[in-house]
Amino acid sequence: MKPEDRELIAQLCAARSGQRVDPAKDYVLETRLSPVARREGFDNIGDLVAALRTRREDRLIWAVVEAMAPNETAFFRDRELFDRFEHEILPALAKGRTGQPIRIWSAACGSGQEVYSLAMLLDELADRFPEARFELFASDLSERALEKAQSGLYTQFEVQRGLPIRRLVRHFEKAGETWELSPRLRQDIRWRRLNLVSDLSRVRGFDVIFCPHVIECMIEPARARVAENLAAALNPGGAVLFAAGEDPTLLSEALKPGVGAGVFTGHRRAAA
Amino acid sequence: MRTCLVVDDSRVIRKVARRILEDLGFDVAEAADGAEALAWCRTCMPDVVLLDWNMPVMNGLEFLRRLRKEPGGEAPKVVFCTVENEIPAIREALESGADEYIMKPFDSEIVASKFAEAGLA
Repeated sequence: MKPEDRELIAQLCAARSGQRVDPAKDYVLETRLSPVARREGFDNIGDLVAALRTRREDRLIWAVVEAMAPNETAFFRDRELFDRFEHEILPALAKGRTGQPIRIWSAACGSGQEVYSLAMLLDELADRFPEARFELFASDLSERALEKAQSGLYTQFEVQRGLPIRRLVRHFEKAGETWELSPRLRQDIRWRRLNLVSDLSRVRGFDVIFCPHVIECMIEPARARVAENLAAALNPGGAVLFAAGEDPTLLSEALKPGVGAGVFTGHRRAAA
Repeated sequence: MRTCLVVDDSRVIRKVARRILEDLGFDVAEAADGAEALAWCRTCMPDVVLLDWNMPVMNGLEFLRRLRKEPGGEAPKVVFCTVENEIPAIREALESGADEYIMKPFDSEIVASKFAEAGLA
Protein backbone atom coordinates (compact mmCIF):
# COMPACT_ATOMS: atom_id res chain seq x y z
CA MET A 1 0.00 0.00 0.00
CA LYS A 2 1.14 3.50 -0.73
CA PRO A 3 1.91 5.71 2.29
CA GLU A 4 -0.79 8.20 1.29
CA ASP A 5 -3.35 5.37 1.06
CA ARG A 6 -2.47 4.14 4.55
CA GLU A 7 -2.70 7.69 5.83
CA LEU A 8 -6.18 8.07 4.33
CA ILE A 9 -7.39 4.88 6.05
CA ALA A 10 -6.00 6.10 9.39
CA GLN A 11 -7.76 9.45 8.93
CA LEU A 12 -11.09 7.85 8.07
CA CYS A 13 -10.95 5.57 11.12
CA ALA A 14 -10.06 8.46 13.42
CA ALA A 15 -12.85 10.61 12.04
CA ARG A 16 -15.59 7.98 12.00
CA SER A 17 -14.97 5.75 15.01
CA GLY A 18 -12.13 7.43 16.88
CA GLN A 19 -9.96 4.41 16.30
CA ARG A 20 -6.20 4.84 16.28
CA VAL A 21 -4.75 3.11 13.23
CA ASP A 22 -1.00 3.10 12.84
CA PRO A 23 -0.35 3.81 9.13
CA ALA A 24 3.10 2.25 9.50
CA LYS A 25 1.57 -1.18 10.10
CA ASP A 26 1.25 -2.09 6.46
CA TYR A 27 0.56 -5.79 7.12
CA VAL A 28 -2.37 -5.05 9.46
CA LEU A 29 -4.00 -2.76 6.92
CA GLU A 30 -3.54 -5.25 4.11
CA THR A 31 -4.82 -8.21 6.12
CA ARG A 32 -7.95 -6.33 7.13
CA LEU A 33 -8.65 -4.57 3.86
CA SER A 34 -8.03 -7.38 1.37
CA PRO A 35 -11.34 -9.12 2.22
CA VAL A 36 -13.19 -5.78 1.93
CA ALA A 37 -11.66 -5.13 -1.50
CA ARG A 38 -12.66 -8.64 -2.66
CA ARG A 39 -16.16 -8.37 -1.23
CA GLU A 40 -16.73 -4.99 -2.86
CA GLY A 41 -15.51 -6.19 -6.26
CA PHE A 42 -12.15 -4.38 -6.47
CA ASP A 43 -9.07 -6.03 -7.94
CA ASN A 44 -6.83 -4.83 -5.13
CA ILE A 45 -6.64 -2.53 -2.11
CA GLY A 46 -5.26 0.30 -4.26
CA ASP A 47 -8.48 0.33 -6.28
CA LEU A 48 -10.54 0.25 -3.09
CA VAL A 49 -8.71 3.28 -1.70
CA ALA A 50 -9.03 5.09 -5.04
CA ALA A 51 -12.79 4.54 -4.84
CA LEU A 52 -12.82 5.86 -1.28
CA ARG A 53 -11.16 9.05 -2.50
CA THR A 54 -13.32 9.63 -5.53
CA ARG A 55 -16.73 8.30 -4.50
CA ARG A 56 -16.73 9.25 -0.81
CA GLU A 57 -19.50 6.70 -0.49
CA ASP A 58 -20.65 6.35 3.09
CA ARG A 59 -21.34 2.63 2.93
CA LEU A 60 -17.87 1.90 1.54
CA ILE A 61 -16.17 4.11 4.12
CA TRP A 62 -17.97 2.27 6.91
CA ALA A 63 -17.04 -1.10 5.44
CA VAL A 64 -13.40 -0.05 5.68
CA VAL A 65 -13.70 1.50 9.16
CA GLU A 66 -15.51 -1.55 10.53
CA ALA A 67 -12.91 -3.87 9.04
CA MET A 68 -10.16 -1.95 10.83
CA ALA A 69 -11.83 -2.21 14.25
CA PRO A 70 -9.91 -4.30 16.81
CA ASN A 71 -11.10 -7.91 16.71
CA GLU A 72 -9.01 -9.55 19.42
CA THR A 73 -11.39 -11.38 21.74
CA ALA A 74 -11.90 -14.47 23.88
CA PHE A 75 -14.48 -15.90 26.22
CA PHE A 76 -13.96 -14.59 29.77
CA ARG A 77 -11.16 -12.32 28.57
CA ASP A 78 -9.98 -10.19 31.53
CA ARG A 79 -10.97 -12.86 34.01
CA GLU A 80 -10.44 -10.51 36.95
CA LEU A 81 -13.23 -8.23 35.67
CA PHE A 82 -15.66 -11.15 35.58
CA ASP A 83 -14.53 -12.11 39.10
CA ARG A 84 -15.24 -8.59 40.37
CA PHE A 85 -18.55 -8.57 38.57
CA GLU A 86 -19.53 -11.89 40.19
CA HIS A 87 -18.22 -11.34 43.69
CA GLU A 88 -18.53 -7.60 44.30
CA ILE A 89 -20.64 -5.73 41.78
CA LEU A 90 -23.49 -8.19 41.34
CA PRO A 91 -24.11 -8.93 45.05
CA ALA A 92 -24.19 -5.19 45.77
CA LEU A 93 -26.65 -4.53 42.94
CA ALA A 94 -28.87 -7.50 43.76
CA LYS A 95 -29.10 -6.60 47.43
CA GLY A 96 -32.46 -5.10 48.15
CA ARG A 97 -33.37 -4.87 44.48
CA THR A 98 -36.96 -5.88 43.86
CA GLY A 99 -38.84 -5.66 40.63
CA GLN A 100 -36.38 -3.66 38.57
CA PRO A 101 -34.06 -5.74 36.38
CA ILE A 102 -30.30 -5.39 36.57
CA ARG A 103 -29.33 -4.03 33.16
CA ILE A 104 -25.93 -5.04 31.77
CA TRP A 105 -24.36 -3.70 28.58
CA SER A 106 -21.48 -5.16 26.61
CA ALA A 107 -20.60 -1.95 24.79
CA ALA A 108 -18.18 -3.25 22.15
CA CYS A 109 -19.26 -6.86 21.98
CA GLY A 110 -17.42 -7.79 18.76
CA SER A 111 -18.23 -11.38 17.84
CA GLY A 112 -20.13 -11.91 21.08
CA GLN A 113 -17.71 -13.70 23.40
CA GLU A 114 -18.01 -11.07 26.14
CA VAL A 115 -21.80 -10.85 26.30
CA TYR A 116 -22.12 -14.64 26.05
CA SER A 117 -19.59 -15.06 28.88
CA LEU A 118 -21.91 -12.86 30.93
CA ALA A 119 -24.95 -14.89 29.86
CA MET A 120 -23.25 -18.14 30.90
CA LEU A 121 -22.13 -16.69 34.21
CA LEU A 122 -25.58 -15.30 35.04
CA ASP A 123 -27.13 -18.66 34.18
CA GLU A 124 -24.74 -20.39 36.55
CA LEU A 125 -25.41 -17.83 39.28
CA ALA A 126 -29.21 -18.06 39.07
CA ASP A 127 -29.46 -19.98 42.35
CA ARG A 128 -27.40 -17.38 44.19
CA PHE A 129 -29.59 -14.51 43.06
CA PRO A 130 -33.05 -16.08 42.86
CA GLU A 131 -34.87 -12.75 43.14
CA ALA A 132 -32.79 -10.90 40.57
CA ARG A 133 -33.80 -10.35 36.96
CA PHE A 134 -31.18 -9.53 34.39
CA GLU A 135 -31.30 -7.80 31.02
CA LEU A 136 -28.36 -8.14 28.67
CA PHE A 137 -27.61 -5.64 25.93
CA ALA A 138 -24.83 -5.89 23.35
CA SER A 139 -23.61 -3.37 20.84
CA ASP A 140 -20.79 -3.00 18.38
CA LEU A 141 -19.64 -0.71 15.63
CA SER A 142 -19.42 -3.55 13.14
CA GLU A 143 -22.55 -4.96 11.52
CA ARG A 144 -20.59 -8.04 10.42
CA ALA A 145 -19.36 -8.70 13.94
CA LEU A 146 -22.93 -8.37 15.25
CA GLU A 147 -24.17 -10.85 12.66
CA LYS A 148 -21.59 -13.38 13.72
CA ALA A 149 -22.32 -12.73 17.38
CA GLN A 150 -26.04 -13.25 16.96
CA SER A 151 -25.49 -16.57 15.19
CA GLY A 152 -24.00 -17.97 18.41
CA LEU A 153 -21.72 -20.16 16.27
CA TYR A 154 -18.03 -20.52 17.05
CA THR A 155 -15.15 -22.53 15.66
CA GLN A 156 -13.34 -25.15 17.69
CA PHE A 157 -10.43 -22.74 17.97
CA GLU A 158 -12.66 -19.96 19.35
CA VAL A 159 -14.33 -22.11 22.01
CA GLN A 160 -10.93 -23.15 23.30
CA ARG A 161 -9.88 -19.59 24.11
CA GLY A 162 -10.91 -18.69 27.64
CA LEU A 163 -13.74 -21.18 27.96
CA PRO A 164 -13.28 -23.95 30.54
CA ILE A 165 -14.31 -27.34 29.15
CA ARG A 166 -17.11 -27.76 31.70
CA ARG A 167 -18.70 -24.54 30.52
CA LEU A 168 -18.38 -25.66 26.91
CA VAL A 169 -20.27 -28.93 27.48
CA ARG A 170 -22.82 -27.20 29.70
CA HIS A 171 -23.74 -24.33 27.42
CA PHE A 172 -22.90 -25.42 23.86
CA GLU A 173 -24.03 -28.06 21.41
CA LYS A 174 -21.83 -29.35 18.63
CA ALA A 175 -23.23 -28.47 15.21
CA GLY A 176 -21.06 -30.20 12.61
CA GLU A 177 -17.63 -28.69 12.89
CA THR A 178 -18.84 -25.65 14.81
CA TRP A 179 -20.16 -25.09 18.32
CA GLU A 180 -23.49 -23.41 18.98
CA LEU A 181 -24.34 -21.61 22.20
CA SER A 182 -27.62 -22.68 23.75
CA PRO A 183 -30.52 -20.72 22.19
CA ARG A 184 -31.89 -20.31 25.72
CA LEU A 185 -28.92 -18.07 26.61
CA ARG A 186 -29.07 -16.17 23.32
CA GLN A 187 -32.75 -15.43 23.06
CA ASP A 188 -33.03 -12.59 25.57
CA ILE A 189 -29.98 -10.56 24.55
CA ARG A 190 -30.80 -7.30 22.78
CA TRP A 191 -28.40 -6.32 20.00
CA ARG A 192 -27.76 -2.96 18.43
CA ARG A 193 -25.20 -1.35 16.15
CA LEU A 194 -23.69 1.58 18.03
CA ASN A 195 -20.77 3.89 17.48
CA LEU A 196 -19.51 4.74 20.97
CA VAL A 197 -18.20 8.14 19.87
CA SER A 198 -21.53 9.27 18.43
CA ASP A 199 -24.39 10.95 20.27
CA LEU A 200 -25.62 8.35 22.77
CA SER A 201 -27.96 10.63 24.68
CA ARG A 202 -30.76 8.10 24.27
CA VAL A 203 -28.68 5.23 25.68
CA ARG A 204 -29.37 5.31 29.40
CA GLY A 205 -30.17 3.25 32.47
CA PHE A 206 -27.42 0.63 32.76
CA ASP A 207 -26.23 -0.86 36.02
CA VAL A 208 -23.10 -2.48 34.62
CA ILE A 209 -21.20 -1.62 31.45
CA PHE A 210 -18.39 -3.81 30.13
CA CYS A 211 -16.06 -1.83 27.89
CA PRO A 212 -12.52 -3.20 28.18
CA HIS A 213 -9.90 -2.74 25.43
CA VAL A 214 -11.81 0.00 23.63
CA ILE A 215 -10.36 3.32 24.76
CA GLU A 216 -6.83 1.94 24.57
CA CYS A 217 -7.26 1.68 20.79
CA MET A 218 -8.60 5.20 20.34
CA ILE A 219 -7.26 8.67 19.65
CA GLU A 220 -7.40 11.17 22.50
CA PRO A 221 -10.61 13.15 21.91
CA ALA A 222 -12.56 9.99 21.11
CA ARG A 223 -11.44 8.30 24.34
CA ALA A 224 -12.86 11.14 26.42
CA ARG A 225 -16.06 11.07 24.41
CA VAL A 226 -16.50 7.34 25.09
CA ALA A 227 -15.81 7.77 28.80
CA GLU A 228 -18.40 10.57 28.98
CA ASN A 229 -20.96 8.54 27.03
CA LEU A 230 -20.55 5.51 29.27
CA ALA A 231 -20.70 7.58 32.44
CA ALA A 232 -23.90 9.21 31.24
CA ALA A 233 -25.47 5.82 30.47
CA LEU A 234 -24.82 4.57 33.99
CA ASN A 235 -27.47 4.28 36.69
CA PRO A 236 -26.60 5.59 40.17
CA GLY A 237 -24.63 2.87 41.96
CA GLY A 238 -23.65 1.24 38.68
CA ALA A 239 -20.19 0.39 37.41
CA VAL A 240 -18.23 0.58 34.15
CA LEU A 241 -15.49 -1.99 33.65
CA PHE A 242 -12.30 -1.26 31.75
CA ALA A 243 -9.16 -3.31 31.08
CA ALA A 244 -6.06 -3.07 33.21
CA GLY A 245 -4.11 0.05 32.30
CA GLU A 246 -7.14 1.94 31.00
CA ASP A 247 -7.87 4.88 33.30
CA PRO A 248 -11.05 6.73 32.33
CA THR A 249 -10.72 9.11 35.29
CA LEU A 250 -8.05 10.89 33.25
CA LEU A 251 -10.62 11.35 30.49
CA SER A 252 -13.84 12.15 32.30
CA GLU A 253 -14.65 13.77 35.61
CA ALA A 254 -17.87 11.77 35.61
CA LEU A 255 -16.10 8.54 36.57
CA LYS A 256 -14.22 7.64 39.73
CA PRO A 257 -12.40 4.45 40.81
CA GLY A 258 -14.71 1.74 42.17
CA VAL A 259 -14.18 -1.61 43.87
CA GLY A 260 -10.84 -2.86 42.56
CA ALA A 261 -8.79 -2.30 39.44
CA GLY A 262 -10.74 -1.80 36.24
CA VAL A 263 -14.01 -0.89 37.98
CA PHE A 264 -15.31 2.68 37.83
CA THR A 265 -18.47 4.23 39.16
CA GLY A 266 -20.50 7.26 38.19
CA HIS A 267 -19.52 10.55 39.72
CA ARG A 268 -21.75 13.02 38.02
CA ARG A 269 -22.30 16.30 39.80
CA ALA A 270 -25.87 17.23 40.64
CA ALA A 271 -25.91 20.06 38.08
CA ALA A 272 -24.67 17.83 35.26
CA MET B 1 10.26 -26.40 38.16
CA ARG B 2 6.92 -28.12 37.54
CA THR B 3 6.93 -31.29 35.50
CA CYS B 4 4.58 -32.10 32.62
CA LEU B 5 4.37 -35.60 31.21
CA VAL B 6 3.34 -35.54 27.53
CA VAL B 7 1.65 -38.79 26.54
CA ASP B 8 1.09 -39.21 22.81
CA ASP B 9 2.03 -41.91 20.30
CA SER B 10 2.98 -39.27 17.73
CA ARG B 11 6.57 -38.14 18.04
CA VAL B 12 5.71 -34.97 16.12
CA ILE B 13 2.93 -34.05 18.57
CA ARG B 14 5.24 -34.73 21.52
CA LYS B 15 7.87 -32.46 19.99
CA VAL B 16 5.38 -29.63 19.35
CA ALA B 17 3.91 -29.98 22.85
CA ARG B 18 7.36 -30.03 24.41
CA ARG B 19 8.26 -26.73 22.78
CA ILE B 20 5.03 -25.06 23.95
CA LEU B 21 5.27 -26.45 27.49
CA GLU B 22 8.91 -25.51 27.91
CA ASP B 23 7.97 -21.97 26.91
CA LEU B 24 5.33 -22.09 29.67
CA GLY B 25 8.07 -23.00 32.13
CA PHE B 26 7.55 -26.76 32.47
CA ASP B 27 10.14 -29.49 32.72
CA VAL B 28 8.85 -31.94 30.09
CA ALA B 29 8.95 -35.74 30.05
CA GLU B 30 7.49 -37.94 27.30
CA ALA B 31 5.69 -41.26 27.01
CA ALA B 32 4.38 -42.94 23.84
CA ASP B 33 1.38 -44.75 25.35
CA GLY B 34 -0.63 -45.15 28.55
CA ALA B 35 1.38 -48.09 29.90
CA GLU B 36 4.65 -46.23 29.51
CA ALA B 37 3.08 -43.18 31.14
CA LEU B 38 1.81 -45.22 34.09
CA ALA B 39 5.28 -46.68 34.67
CA TRP B 40 6.69 -43.15 34.54
CA CYS B 41 4.12 -41.90 37.09
CA ARG B 42 4.89 -44.77 39.50
CA THR B 43 8.52 -43.66 39.49
CA CYS B 44 7.97 -39.92 39.58
CA MET B 45 4.51 -38.37 39.76
CA PRO B 46 4.33 -35.31 37.45
CA ASP B 47 2.46 -32.10 38.26
CA VAL B 48 0.44 -32.32 35.06
CA VAL B 49 -0.21 -34.85 32.31
CA LEU B 50 -1.01 -33.76 28.73
CA LEU B 51 -2.81 -36.85 27.49
CA ASP B 52 -3.77 -38.20 24.08
CA TRP B 53 -6.79 -40.53 23.91
CA ASN B 54 -6.16 -42.99 21.07
CA MET B 55 -2.86 -44.79 21.59
CA PRO B 56 -1.66 -48.39 21.25
CA VAL B 57 -1.02 -50.65 24.27
CA MET B 58 -3.08 -48.53 26.69
CA ASN B 59 -5.31 -45.64 25.65
CA GLY B 60 -5.56 -42.33 27.47
CA LEU B 61 -8.86 -43.00 29.20
CA GLU B 62 -7.66 -46.32 30.60
CA PHE B 63 -4.43 -44.65 31.76
CA LEU B 64 -6.40 -41.90 33.50
CA ARG B 65 -8.66 -44.35 35.35
CA ARG B 66 -5.64 -46.34 36.52
CA LEU B 67 -3.67 -43.22 37.43
CA ARG B 68 -6.43 -41.96 39.70
CA LYS B 69 -6.27 -45.26 41.66
CA GLU B 70 -2.49 -45.06 42.18
CA PRO B 71 -1.08 -43.72 45.47
CA GLY B 72 -0.72 -39.98 44.85
CA GLY B 73 -2.40 -40.41 41.46
CA GLU B 74 -5.20 -38.00 42.30
CA ALA B 75 -2.72 -35.12 42.49
CA PRO B 76 -1.61 -34.46 38.91
CA LYS B 77 -3.79 -32.25 36.77
CA VAL B 78 -4.73 -34.17 33.65
CA VAL B 79 -5.41 -32.27 30.44
CA PHE B 80 -6.66 -34.39 27.55
CA CYS B 81 -5.31 -33.43 24.14
CA THR B 82 -7.12 -35.42 21.48
CA VAL B 83 -9.03 -35.45 18.19
CA GLU B 84 -12.06 -36.81 20.08
CA ASN B 85 -14.32 -33.76 20.00
CA GLU B 86 -17.84 -35.06 20.59
CA ILE B 87 -19.62 -34.05 23.79
CA PRO B 88 -20.21 -37.63 25.08
CA ALA B 89 -16.45 -38.34 24.83
CA ILE B 90 -15.61 -35.11 26.64
CA ARG B 91 -18.11 -35.91 29.40
CA GLU B 92 -16.63 -39.38 29.79
CA ALA B 93 -13.14 -37.91 30.15
CA LEU B 94 -14.32 -35.43 32.79
CA GLU B 95 -16.20 -38.11 34.69
CA SER B 96 -13.05 -40.24 34.66
CA GLY B 97 -11.05 -37.51 36.35
CA ALA B 98 -9.75 -35.18 33.62
CA ASP B 99 -9.31 -31.54 34.66
CA GLU B 100 -9.31 -29.90 31.24
CA TYR B 101 -9.68 -30.90 27.63
CA ILE B 102 -7.96 -29.74 24.44
CA MET B 103 -9.37 -30.66 21.05
CA LYS B 104 -6.72 -31.09 18.37
CA PRO B 105 -5.43 -29.28 16.44
CA PHE B 106 -3.96 -27.05 19.11
CA ASP B 107 -1.51 -24.18 19.34
CA SER B 108 0.39 -22.43 22.10
CA GLU B 109 -2.49 -20.05 22.77
CA ILE B 110 -4.95 -22.88 23.38
CA VAL B 111 -2.52 -24.80 25.60
CA ALA B 112 -1.82 -21.66 27.66
CA SER B 113 -5.57 -20.95 27.98
CA LYS B 114 -6.43 -24.51 28.99
CA PHE B 115 -3.57 -24.77 31.47
CA ALA B 116 -4.79 -21.53 33.04
CA GLU B 117 -8.30 -23.04 33.31
CA ALA B 118 -6.76 -26.04 35.08
CA GLY B 119 -5.09 -23.72 37.60
CA LEU B 120 -1.66 -24.16 36.05
CA ALA B 121 -1.03 -20.56 34.99
